[in-house]
Amino acid sequence: MADITFTLNGERITLREEPNLRFLDVLREKLNHTGAKEGCGEGECGACAILLDGHIVNSCLLPLASVDGRDVVTIEGYRMTERYQMLEKAFIEEGAVQCGICTPGMMIAAESMLRENPDPTDEEIRHGLAGNLCRCTGYNMIIAAIRRAAKEGEGLW
Amino acid sequence: MVRHIIPKTYREALEHLKSGSLHILAGGTDLMVQNRAWSETPVAFKKDTLYVYNLEELRYIEREGDMLHVGALASYDMLERHPDTPSALKRCIALLASPGLRRVATLAGNIGNASPAADGVLVLYALDARVVLDSADATREIPIEEAITGPGRTAFEDGEMIREIRIPLEDFDSERFKKVGGRKADAISKVSFLGAAAFDGDVIKDLRLALGAVNTTVVRRREIEAQYQGLTAADLKARSQEIREAYAPYVRPIDDQRSTATYRRQVALNLIEDYIHSL
Repeated sequence: MADITFTLNGERITLREEPNLRFLDVLREKLNHTGAKEGCGEGECGACAILLDGHIVNSCLLPLASVDGRDVVTIEGYRMTERYQMLEKAFIEEGAVQCGICTPGMMIAAESMLRENPDPTDEEIRHGLAGNLCRCTGYNMIIAAIRRAAKEGEGLW
Repeated sequence: MVRHIIPKTYREALEHLKSGSLHILAGGTDLMVQNRAWSETPVAFKKDTLYVYNLEELRYIEREGDMLHVGALASYDMLERHPDTPSALKRCIALLASPGLRRVATLAGNIGNASPAADGVLVLYALDARVVLDSADATREIPIEEAITGPGRTAFEDGEMIREIRIPLEDFDSERFKKVGGRKADAISKVSFLGAAAFDGDVIKDLRLALGAVNTTVVRRREIEAQYQGLTAADLKARSQEIREAYAPYVRPIDDQRSTATYRRQVALNLIEDYIHSL
């Protein structure tokens, strides 16, 4: 057991847990944050994506020990932001959600990319989403949604 | 029961390493997959594990003259953004894993994992990188090809860990990184290739060819490269078949879930020949 302290969606928390727990399981099983999903469990699908210090990481490959002292934002925290609202609207308008399993990860990937590159080309969007798999949409609607959010949300990122 | 140790300082980490053979977990992108257990249960490390990801002392990239010092915890993402990172390494990083993995994965972790298919390590071979190892009471520096001795095997002693990687900064007139994989992102290479060349006028003064995932370690043959230095590009192209044949004995891939030995051998040698013709 180890004491691990981090910020989760703006709130500072300390957990006494096994440091070799996957952070994905800590979020889902200990903290009831079920927005991040387990898809592949080996870093290939991005369904478990979260923001660690403002940048996308795969929480299935992150041991709890690595989170000590860091800032974590999950889709539950991100959805309280204006940027999320813009992405959500764009995802709905472009039909970018079908089964929804990949969607939290796609939104996290979009946020991580847009905060560094608020006006991405389609190629740059594809590069930013390269670690996120979707088996429903064929990606084009997701890319269109992010393009739309970047355009309509100009100034947000 | 294995122990889980989270050192607060690098010095403390080195002291813990005296206790025997430990996993050293940096970004964790290899170790977490290799030791994966059932979902919702802790990762099943088979050895005591030292979690070093938060040792900020090792998270640096510094240029000193013509040498780049890459701290053990500098992520691929940091390298991708750093102005002094060699362009050959940046070409590789652009195709390596995905943004989320590049954020935490490290060159040092890939060296410790010693996979012959690790793209970043391939580049280190081609760039003559060296590895600086510390233990509680000693430091040594070894070339990358001596650091890795086989698949999953290194020359590191118990008690040692990588402090930094040193990459000589050199200019090349031509560079090509090729990754052959099943998907553009997040693919482990079936074959990977790095070619680099520097010319003096029309004469080749430096030629480097390295292949990944075709033998037990990355393949780079300095004696073959040296034979062709001093030739013009035209002479080199005329001898491309001979160069291809020179590498053939060292291209000894395996069949696995990603590809077949036959395919890998053919593609690896094609990549060499094609690069020679591009010069």
